[in-house]
Amino acid sequence: MSTSTPAVSVRALRAGRRRLAANRVVAYGCAAIVALAVLLAVFGPMLAPHDPNASNLSNAFVGPVAGHPLGYDGQGRDLLSRLLTGARTAMLGPFIVVVVSVAVGAALAVIAAWRGGWVDSVVSTVLDILFAFPAILLAILAAAVFGAGLTAPTLALAVAYTPYVARVLRGAALRERARDYIAACEVQGLPAVAIWWRHLVRNLLPLIVAQATLTFGYAMVDFAAISYLGLGVQPPTADWGVMVATGQAGVLQGYPAESLSAGLCVVVVVVAVNLLGERLAERDGEGR
Amino acid sequence: MSDWATPPADPLLAIEGLSVQLPVEGEVRTVLHDVTLSVGAGEAVGLVGESGSGKSMTARAVARLLPRGARCDGAIRFDGRDVAALKGADLRAYRGEVAMVFQDPRAHVNPVRTIGDFMIEALRSVRGVEPAAARRRAITALADLGIGDGERRMAQYPHELSGGLLQRVMIAGMLLTEPRLVLADEPTTALDVTTQADVMAILDELRRERGLALLFITHDLELAGAVCDRTAVMYAGQIVETRASALLQDDPLHPYTASLAAARPAVDVTVPRLAAIPGRPVSAFEAPAGCAFAPRCAHAIDACRAERPALEELDGGRVRCVRARELRGRLVEAPEVSHHG
Repeated sequence: MSTSTPAVSVRALRAGRRRLAANRVVAYGCAAIVALAVLLAVFGPMLAPHDPNASNLSNAFVGPVAGHPLGYDGQGRDLLSRLLTGARTAMLGPFIVVVVSVAVGAALAVIAAWRGGWVDSVVSTVLDILFAFPAILLAILAAAVFGAGLTAPTLALAVAYTPYVARVLRGAALRERARDYIAACEVQGLPAVAIWWRHLVRNLLPLIVAQATLTFGYAMVDFAAISYLGLGVQPPTADWGVMVATGQAGVLQGYPAESLSAGLCVVVVVVAVNLLGERLAERDGEGR
Repeated sequence: MSDWATPPADPLLAIEGLSVQLPVEGEVRTVLHDVTLSVGAGEAVGLVGESGSGKSMTARAVARLLPRGARCDGAIRFDGRDVAALKGADLRAYRGEVAMVFQDPRAHVNPVRTIGDFMIEALRSVRGVEPAAARRRAITALADLGIGDGERRMAQYPHELSGGLLQRVMIAGMLLTEPRLVLADEPTTALDVTTQADVMAILDELRRERGLALLFITHDLELAGAVCDRTAVMYAGQIVETRASALLQDDPLHPYTASLAAARPAVDVTVPRLAAIPGRPVSAFEAPAGCAFAPRCAHAIDACRAERPALEELDGGRVRCVRARELRGRLVEAPEVSHHG
């Protein structure tokens, strides 16, 4: 049990993950899972066969029966309906976080790379300071200020993830900014905004998409954790993170279905999204 | 051509005493020293020199493309406006009037956008032309450069075109916005020899047709002589001689120009050994205190090493050499003189 053992295994894990992401079949599978997850987020609540909040305590922890393929949770609510309804809540938060952090991060990256000098220094320093705050800590802080719910963690995670996105994109934007075709655009008298949109951002797009997918995965785990801590979406609202938390009681009594199924949903979506993001990032690297 | 033997009185582009310093690895290095050059409306001026002599840096200074942190002294005036002071919309308008042709066309076009996107972009956003009209003009411009199937080319990507064709596309795109001055930075160096001649001929013809001013940067003294009215010779970040191109090779004013001309191989003369200039070219920052060329010059005397000579008028040209007057007419035989001495 030397301290170096975990480091080696982490490296081996990373290499394995990269090999997995490079596999074509895995990539298509991941894309299919992500597509399914998106469909669930949009239509899930409509597909739910029963009212996700209708509880009948006499059905508590009852296993799969006709019409209820996954059985009931500890409060006698239909588990499948809760999973389907929870899909939207579980993915809406990460989606907003991705949109905000990628938009703000990309804008900061482009401005920093374009103007350079003190603008770049200020942006980079602010990002470095933000790096010091862990996402979960910011979320707890936000929950304390704004109260528990979807808003506080969304805001906190958007702030926490922006520096990650901005740092990666800034490096790429700097590299792109120094290329000759950008100088050629400048010398043609094109307005800076046109060069940003049509050339810089356009050519960074593969990387932006890759960053967005990776961020989505991380944000989803964080949301689940925040819900689990009770700072996010509040019960009885159906949400995968909340279900992991409320299912705990069942786990102790030998009925792990609720926690397990919700946890499995989170894991499957996160792994699929991350592998897909990894593949996109890898492909962008090959293109250079 | 002889009309342009002397610098125009009211030039379109006037560079006066331009010095540029760049921060390199923590120290400030001079890359251009006291460059004075003018280009009249419709005039073609050549800028000749070895690699690292500051030719491209001069063009970049004019196009306001100097690297970050560069310090500029002296003045660059375009049509009476101070180029260094331009900002925002004024700078963009100026850049619309000045076009640049680059050495490597492939590096200077966005690889993920089509030729059509590239051609139309400046027209649309700088000149505000409607998309359909911009397309028509782009296809006409391609036809002007001998690219007949413009419609098809517009849908292609840069990697689908050969270097020569791409350079012609770049020139067509550059001419679309109707600039008054063209900065051509070794536009044919990256192309093969036969394509070079084509591109050069087209550039020269279009320039004459449209009365464009041209600052033509090359390391080919003969090419500059063929295309340009006047030619400036650069060495170590300084202009050492400016003279009517017709006179530059046969009657040079500066020993460096004479050595360059002598070192050039000729098809019709057989020599046992090509003449070469001893030593190696220096950059502006490593140039000695006196005349930058003195260490390699066959005619250098103590006065040459004492202080940097100024650019002085002589015989309708300008020369930066203290012995220029004295060496008048003796320079063409220079290599032989150094041989026996």
